[in-house]
Amino acid sequence: MSGQSAALRVSVEEKLGVDKFHVDESYPHIEVDKAADPADIMTLVRACPAGLYKYSEGALTFDYAGCFECGTCRVLSKGKVVSKWSFPKGTFGVEYRFG
Amino acid sequence: MSEDKFDAIIVGAGIAGATAALLLAREGLSVVVVERGNYAGAKNMTGGRLYAHSLEAVIPGFAEAAPVERRVTQERISLMTETGCFTASFLNGRPGAPDRDSYVVLRGAFDRWLMEQAEAAGAMLVSGVLVDDLLTRDGRVCGVIAGEDKMPAEVVILADGANSQLLERAGLRAEPVGPRQMAVGVKEVIEFDDKVVEDRFNLLPGEGLAWLFAGLPSGGKVGGGFLYTNKASVSVGLVATTAEFMKSERTIHELLERFKAHPAIEPLLKGGKLAEYSGHMVAEGGYDMIPRLYNDGVVVIGEAAHLVINLGYTVRGMDLAAGSAQAAAKAVIAAKQAGDFSARSLAAYKTFLDDSFVIKDMKHYRKFPHFMENSRLFNEYPEMLEKICAGIFTVDGRAPASMLSKLMEPMKEVGLLNLMKDGLKGARSL
Repeated sequence: MSGQSAALRVSVEEKLGVDKFHVDESYPHIEVDKAADPADIMTLVRACPAGLYKYSEGALTFDYAGCFECGTCRVLSKGKVVSKWSFPKGTFGVEYRFG
Repeated sequence: MSEDKFDAIIVGAGIAGATAALLLAREGLSVVVVERGNYAGAKNMTGGRLYAHSLEAVIPGFAEAAPVERRVTQERISLMTETGCFTASFLNGRPGAPDRDSYVVLRGAFDRWLMEQAEAAGAMLVSGVLVDDLLTRDGRVCGVIAGEDKMPAEVVILADGANSQLLERAGLRAEPVGPRQMAVGVKEVIEFDDKVVEDRFNLLPGEGLAWLFAGLPSGGKVGGGFLYTNKASVSVGLVATTAEFMKSERTIHELLERFKAHPAIEPLLKGGKLAEYSGHMVAEGGYDMIPRLYNDGVVVIGEAAHLVINLGYTVRGMDLAAGSAQAAAKAVIAAKQAGDFSARSLAAYKTFLDDSFVIKDMKHYRKFPHFMENSRLFNEYPEMLEKICAGIFTVDGRAPASMLSKLMEPMKEVGLLNLMKDGLKGARSL
């Protein structure tokens, strides 16, 4: 399975723009360790469905606002990178209209 | 929030939770469902296809009233490579039968409808409330804690889904689930103008297509793609084992875009408009991953109990959710009659579940998750089929090879021994 990856026609940010989120500005429900091993960080960069983990020039940036609350990063990181994982408080977070 | 003690508090208003609520309310138990989303289904997502049989047993003829998208009459399975796609297609033209049918559903609408049936039977829904923790006394579960509120109950039914945070709190799983045991799924719902879906997929009104893919969608890793037809949209996406992203070249988002851009898929999505993008985890460890199912004052049902069967050609979770809800409701009703909600009494849940299709089926396919962890299924075999087909269907003026060698050469590349071994192993695990 070789070959270069197809040019992305739609960015993940554009896709998240279609979704409905109630963002709790006062409570980040996931916190990350910016000093974590880059290899562990890259795993989450690749696996996060919402593309919220970004790693460039040696720095991890993470924004909880577009989170699907799926838990993939929680399961994958096994305590590394993700220093806290919880659900957003009631009423907050993603709201699927189709699902 | 009420100070009264409920017979049952159910965490999560998905199919498992709402079905359990409906059954308990019908028997007159006081039951409240606590849902962290603003409505039932707000946090839920499926590929997805609901096999009707188990919900049919609870609400006969439910599909006539429920917001289902389409009844599945067409099945397709594809092995996909970068430049090819080998597809087996089956049209089931027999008339529908409620206990054999399956439906494409979207959970936003479907779960809300199901929860309304439970509410009509007397269950209460508290939405927009996150259960933070379990209330315990002397080591037994006796309610839930939500923010400042403590809600007591005789029994707590965990129906909080694949990403349950309460399973370990209830002492039902000692070790957290590992990356090999969970997959991550992404899905786009792409909307079309009226009639486009039926014309493009050759469907009669109300009838639908379920299409599963192996190979390219998951980047040759353990996983697969899917495409389901809704009323006026399609659900297209893929699932891959989370552990695969420790070493993959691509992001899950790149995999999805590449799958959608494949020549077998792109024309089918043309002109559509993205209505929603979603992601969810799904358990895929099979029978051996099922946690302890009950403790004093608590039982776990649905995907929180990791009740999922993925065979590549059928993917099941929602029918197991409804099935486990029935077994749990039966045990809780008996516990109420006996006035005993201890682990000894709630052990009846496991007995009922073991006797039901849920555990029988999970046991039957116990070896399949291990069989799926075979790279050849997602790489060599799709490529082998592409080569065989290209050999058979290409005319280029050169001297023809014999049909036997057109078949055998690509098979030899994979290795005849591997083919035999995998074929046998696959057959045995099914």
